[in-house]
Amino acid sequence: MYRETNRHFKFDWISIIIFMLLVGFGWLNILSASHVGETVDYFNFSQPYGKQLIFIFLTILLIILILSIDSKFYERFSGVIYIISMLSLVGLFIAGKNVNGATSWYGIGGMTLQPSEFAKAATSLAIAKFLSDLQTDLKNFKDQVKAFIIIAIPAILIILQNDTGSALVYATFFFVFYREGLPKIYLIIATLLAFISIGSLKFGDITTSIIITLVILGYHFTRRKKPAFIKTILTILACIILSFGVEFLYDNMLQAHQKDRISLWLRLENDPDKLADMRRDILYNLYESEKAISSGGITGKGFLQGTRTTGKFVPEQHTDYIFSTVGEEWGFAGTVFVVVLFVLLLLRILHLAELQKSQFSRVYGYSVASILFFHFMINIGMVMGLIPTIGIPLPFFSYGGSGLWAFTILLFIFIKLDSNRINEW
Amino acid sequence: MRQFLLFIIIILVGLTFIARLFYLQVYNLEEHSLFDDNAIRKVYDYPKRGFVYDRNGKLLVSNQPSYDVMVIPREVKPLDTLEFCSLLKIDIEQFRKFYKKAYHYSPRLPSVFVPQLSKEDYAALQEKMRKYEGFYIQKRSLRDYQTSIGANVLGYIAEATPYQIETNPYYNMGDLVGKQGVEASYENTLRGVKGIKFIQKDRFNKNIGPYKNGVYDTIPEQGKDITITIDAKLQAYGELLMQNKRGGIIAIEPSTGEILTMIAAPTYNPNLLVGRDRSKNFTKLYNDSIAKPLFNRSLQGVYEPGSPFKLMNALVALQEGVISTKETVTCYAGYKYGSRFMKCHCRVGTRNDMIHGIQESCNAYFATIYRRILDNPKNASIGIDIWSKHVKSFGLGDFLNNDLYVGQKGRIPDRDYYKHIYPNTFYSTYTLSNAIGQGEVATTPIQLANMIAAIANRGFYYTPHIIKDIKDETIDIKYTTPNYTTIDKQHFEPVIEGMFNVYKYGTASQLQIPGIEICGKTGTVENFVKIDGVKTQLTDHSIFVAFAPKDNPKIAIAVFVENGYWGSRFAGRIASLMIEEYINGEITRNDMENWILTHSLENEYAKPYSGEPFKINRGTTLQVIPTEDSNKIKKQIEALQ
Repeated sequence: MYRETNRHFKFDWISIIIFMLLVGFGWLNILSASHVGETVDYFNFSQPYGKQLIFIFLTILLIILILSIDSKFYERFSGVIYIISMLSLVGLFIAGKNVNGATSWYGIGGMTLQPSEFAKAATSLAIAKFLSDLQTDLKNFKDQVKAFIIIAIPAILIILQNDTGSALVYATFFFVFYREGLPKIYLIIATLLAFISIGSLKFGDITTSIIITLVILGYHFTRRKKPAFIKTILTILACIILSFGVEFLYDNMLQAHQKDRISLWLRLENDPDKLADMRRDILYNLYESEKAISSGGITGKGFLQGTRTTGKFVPEQHTDYIFSTVGEEWGFAGTVFVVVLFVLLLLRILHLAELQKSQFSRVYGYSVASILFFHFMINIGMVMGLIPTIGIPLPFFSYGGSGLWAFTILLFIFIKLDSNRINEW
Repeated sequence: MRQFLLFIIIILVGLTFIARLFYLQVYNLEEHSLFDDNAIRKVYDYPKRGFVYDRNGKLLVSNQPSYDVMVIPREVKPLDTLEFCSLLKIDIEQFRKFYKKAYHYSPRLPSVFVPQLSKEDYAALQEKMRKYEGFYIQKRSLRDYQTSIGANVLGYIAEATPYQIETNPYYNMGDLVGKQGVEASYENTLRGVKGIKFIQKDRFNKNIGPYKNGVYDTIPEQGKDITITIDAKLQAYGELLMQNKRGGIIAIEPSTGEILTMIAAPTYNPNLLVGRDRSKNFTKLYNDSIAKPLFNRSLQGVYEPGSPFKLMNALVALQEGVISTKETVTCYAGYKYGSRFMKCHCRVGTRNDMIHGIQESCNAYFATIYRRILDNPKNASIGIDIWSKHVKSFGLGDFLNNDLYVGQKGRIPDRDYYKHIYPNTFYSTYTLSNAIGQGEVATTPIQLANMIAAIANRGFYYTPHIIKDIKDETIDIKYTTPNYTTIDKQHFEPVIEGMFNVYKYGTASQLQIPGIEICGKTGTVENFVKIDGVKTQLTDHSIFVAFAPKDNPKIAIAVFVENGYWGSRFAGRIASLMIEEYINGEITRNDMENWILTHSLENEYAKPYSGEPFKINRGTTLQVIPTEDSNKIKKQIEALQ
């Protein structure tokens, strides 16, 4: 496709427009979820919605800055950016501020910054840089380990700050690696792992072991070119051990609240009274957010009219549970609108990534899509009760300066890279 | 392939989300209503319940404030139960029981914890109420009875049942609703419409202000006062006369269909069903399966009407032209049909025309005319339908379709009814008991009274009703529209003449009231019960129907005294006294009044339950009640005057 050489028209306006719609609509919902009293003072900067307005204003400056820096800068300095970002995570152990049990914030004046949000963009740049290196081949075990180390460093640092939810995001780089040539066996192993974990918890280790054994044997005997029998046996053994191990891990490694979340998600508790108590007490947030969403109906109760939102029934509603406000006040129409916007944005980024001539831009674009997708899937899935509770924000939507800026940086670096794809490198 | 994995997963996740949203928001949608929204607190403002006045403007029922302790189980915090229980005057076991019941109903909706506190208890509790989170006091309005009579007329109010709450969205747990009498039949008029305030609350259940500045709030609409047709003085007098007896009295004003008295004996004091002892008292009344004080015998008591029903047969016979008023029928101290014989107390060879037939209540005369009515057309099954149609035009055999909360159809048989009993052949003699008001016919006292009102009016009646006036409303037009019977006007005069003779010379001649021309008819009804599976005859029921004066009647009355033996013995005396009281306003025949007050039938009622053999009718001796008891009643009567 031919593009205008004029600077302003080189940017992908579809992504930018979706971005603006999400940020704008997000702000309206933050306003709903955080305003107090009958009248709304739009410029009350002591309230979250007022602060978010400032964050959005600063975001515009940030975008201008990102887009005016030369594309080559991001590739060239990706290593440095990554190292600085990792240092900022390490620094939290010295100067971090503890909020809600996680030491993930720097306090600067009255403001707080969450370096783990920015680490996602830095890691994406580093991964893009590493994978675009002509020497790198993900079929090579050594390179697989190197790539894994790049994402493991931030993930481990974040786990150590007791913010497991944010660390899980790094698992999404699997999609990037797979796109860039990671052998299929990893996909199979990952799928097996997921099935065995869920299956063992839900149906018991013996049932799961038997089913897995049968499946693998079936696979073994239906293949025209039979794999070595010993390999099959070893795989089965590994699966059985894992299956029995899962329960041990579940019982001994997880914290109580994590166990409760999983137990509720998989409906492990069969006693209806206990289940109801769990829903009401342990997962009060989820209970209330589901109620808020379903009370919205088809068209919703209207902007600022949500009774459950006004009554502050859903805790953290302006941050992680912002989607429940959409559900209550804008109804099915509003929630589908948001879901469709996200899906369009994700597909658009993926599409653009595939069009990139430079491998760096493609890998980076893929990383952006994977990260945004992970947040989208986990956050909305959690708010609707499809996925166990994992506290991560909804990109562009949830209240919070660090998150908004980090996602903006993540997206707009790609938009900047994309604007240059017409140029030969 | 590799580049499509994420692509496909994104689309799948998007579709899953939309499906889940569809399930939550569209498929699973409950109509969003402020009432179901537990983010909105609903505060009700109960209006004043309408007052009830009698036909002369005497206030019968007003209101008094009452205080219910309500509980929302989910909001209850640990409390000093000992102190709380002593304030509420309950024990710890009751506390647990009530709490469990409330929690079972709903952990998040308010339930009544302890109903109807007295003013004193309320005052003591109010100061400390804030200490008990999850409990609050709901002010309601209770009934304040200005009288001790008319429990069956007035009815009572009580908490709405779960069924009422489920079927009628107006009612909430703990709302008071009319359960019997006019409280129930005029519930919607009396209760008004409660006001409601919607208050937005937060997740800590704190009020954060009126929802949308109160645009949806409503103010209560006051209940309307009603005036009922009952004459409180006559009602009280009748209830006192019926002390120690069982049965029912209905008096109707024939020219309007207004019910002047509706007495069911035994009755109870309506004040028993107010206040904290309500449930204790109610259980007592409810469980009295022998005297059945909550059973309204004047509306629900279905009895064979006995001799008063002969009037009906006389009217039908004249209308169908099967006999003239002059024709005489010879009585052989009974009536022989086939191999069977219906006894009569006339001397052998007595020749009765219609007027004398009624006057002497001759069974042979009415057996004759009943057979003629049925056999006049081609066959008796056509005849029975003609007969049935005439009788039903007097409002017998069906609900009166009026504003009384309870009722019974009674029974007037027709061809279809007998088809099941006599599928092959049907002759008039099969049902000959109907001629004298026994057998298959059955009526309630109010139906009999209405029949007499129709005779008094010479051919029409107004649906008997209890509402006289509703403030700012007109009463239902059906109560002011006459219902015509199928009997022509001229046929009533001979029957009325016969009823007049009953009083002048016949079975009720000793009941005469100087200066009032009364038309009446006695009735003595055989009745049976099953005792340990054995059909046992009890002392006859005593029945009397009458209207007065003969011309321009003011009152039509039916009196029914269970096991009172012959008609003029109890029912006749009571009817006579009631008429005198109503028309003259005072009683001159003190000895008759005295007789009624000093005689009791309680020993009769105890017989079937005694487990011992007993005598009936002729073999009975009347129970005389102790002088102090009868004096007590006498004093109450004097207080009425």
